[in-house]
Amino acid sequence: MTFENYGLLFSDSLYWSSYLRSLQIAAVSTLLLLLLGFPIAYGIARAPRRLQFPLMVLIILPFWTSFLIRVYAWINILQREGLLNETLIALGIIQEPLVWLATDTAIYIGIVYSYLPFMVLPIYATLEKLDESLLEAAADLGCPRWKAFWLVTVPLSLPGIAAGALLCFIPIVGEFVIPDLLGGSEAMMIGQTLWMEFFANRDWPVASAVAVVLLILLIVPVVIYQHMQTRELEDAR
Amino acid sequence: MRKGPTWFNLASIGLGLAFLYIPIAILVIYSFNASRLVTLWGGWSTRWYAELLNDEAMLNAAWISLRVALLSATVATVLGTLAALALVRMGRFRGRLLFSGMIYAPLILPEVIIGLALLLLFVAVEVDRGFWTVVIAHVTLTMGFVAVIVQARLLGFDQSVEEAAMDLGCPPLRTFLTVTLPLIAPAVASGWMLAFTLSLDDLVIASFTTGPGATTLPIRIYSEVRLGVKPEINAVCTIMIAVVALGVVAASLLSKLRENKPAMPVPGAV
Repeated sequence: MTFENYGLLFSDSLYWSSYLRSLQIAAVSTLLLLLLGFPIAYGIARAPRRLQFPLMVLIILPFWTSFLIRVYAWINILQREGLLNETLIALGIIQEPLVWLATDTAIYIGIVYSYLPFMVLPIYATLEKLDESLLEAAADLGCPRWKAFWLVTVPLSLPGIAAGALLCFIPIVGEFVIPDLLGGSEAMMIGQTLWMEFFANRDWPVASAVAVVLLILLIVPVVIYQHMQTRELEDAR
Repeated sequence: MRKGPTWFNLASIGLGLAFLYIPIAILVIYSFNASRLVTLWGGWSTRWYAELLNDEAMLNAAWISLRVALLSATVATVLGTLAALALVRMGRFRGRLLFSGMIYAPLILPEVIIGLALLLLFVAVEVDRGFWTVVIAHVTLTMGFVAVIVQARLLGFDQSVEEAAMDLGCPPLRTFLTVTLPLIAPAVASGWMLAFTLSLDDLVIASFTTGPGATTLPIRIYSEVRLGVKPEINAVCTIMIAVVALGVVAASLLSKLRENKPAMPVPGAV
């Protein structure tokens, strides 16, 4: 019985900088996902009713194809002679190919791409249930549309926003595949550190300590998320 | 919601769908590229598909993955359905919160944590790692998803039909089999499909829990992908995408025919 492994986590900057980097990447990408996912969910919720279901199927369908494949698809696009550079050069926006792969930008693209359905779905679910007479009432009382959006629509969709944010944030913190395939080698996310300790260094005790600290970091968001989910199910009863 | 969509709504949906589908479309197109250089277009060709047929290791991995997915999805569907029944029908039993928490946890926790935890469990009970440990790991991972989907369905239907059957003297087990099960069947089927695809897709948990001789398809693909883009991998991925797309389209058409509101099997949708 020893706490030596935990001591190592705090004394060696490799570990705590990995934790910080993971939390930071997860926070920034959750924000990006929200900025991108909300307009999509909002657009679908305002589409004609018979189109809403097919549109949601289209949003969800990529989630059913392999996660690994979807990340891999971006290597095709982001590599030096990839489609992104070719297109930008053809359009005359850049002269020399830019480095996309093995950068943080690539990690953000991969994460936003993979997790988008998880953000759109819960937001759409709350927007769809929104009572539209509230917006009519606001309009009747002379409230401009943009103001009604901020004062009525956004506050009422907060449960969906919170669920989507947690549903993305928690797994992103421990993400391994995306940073490993798209990111650079100079800085690691904690999932990669854990993987390295386990598979490359074969240091199981340290890998376990890394996992336990990660679990402790995530316990609060997980409990909040589960509480929200249970309440939702009880309400549906 | 009200009125029609604005141009902004249309643009969001259009750009969102383009963002989701263009990378996949590019992958599919390049899998038919005759040139070995991935970026150089050499005309249409199915040569990479033909080469796949000779790739013994890849075919073997696909076969293992398929068997793992079939087995684990079936077991996970049985256990997940039972768990959902317990959560919905047994009221507020002692430890209900802990039970539901334990079922939901794998849905959202990072896979590296689940993978390492399962591995340490297998080591502690001294099982040889391989095919069966991956199956068990995938059951653990996916039964929560099944439980969530079935639970939503159980909450949504009128329990009085069950009571009516039992009032008329139908024994509980028979009531379950002839009344409850047909009613929740679409959700059970979606649960099975989700469990199957999740298992087929999983890299991280399988990497931790596998052993010699049990290299699954994602593990195989991952080890190739780390070395860079290869046209053969584009072809494997295209086949996997086609299979999944056909399955999902068929399933949603089927459920749309049978009832107007299909159960959309996705976490967080409940």
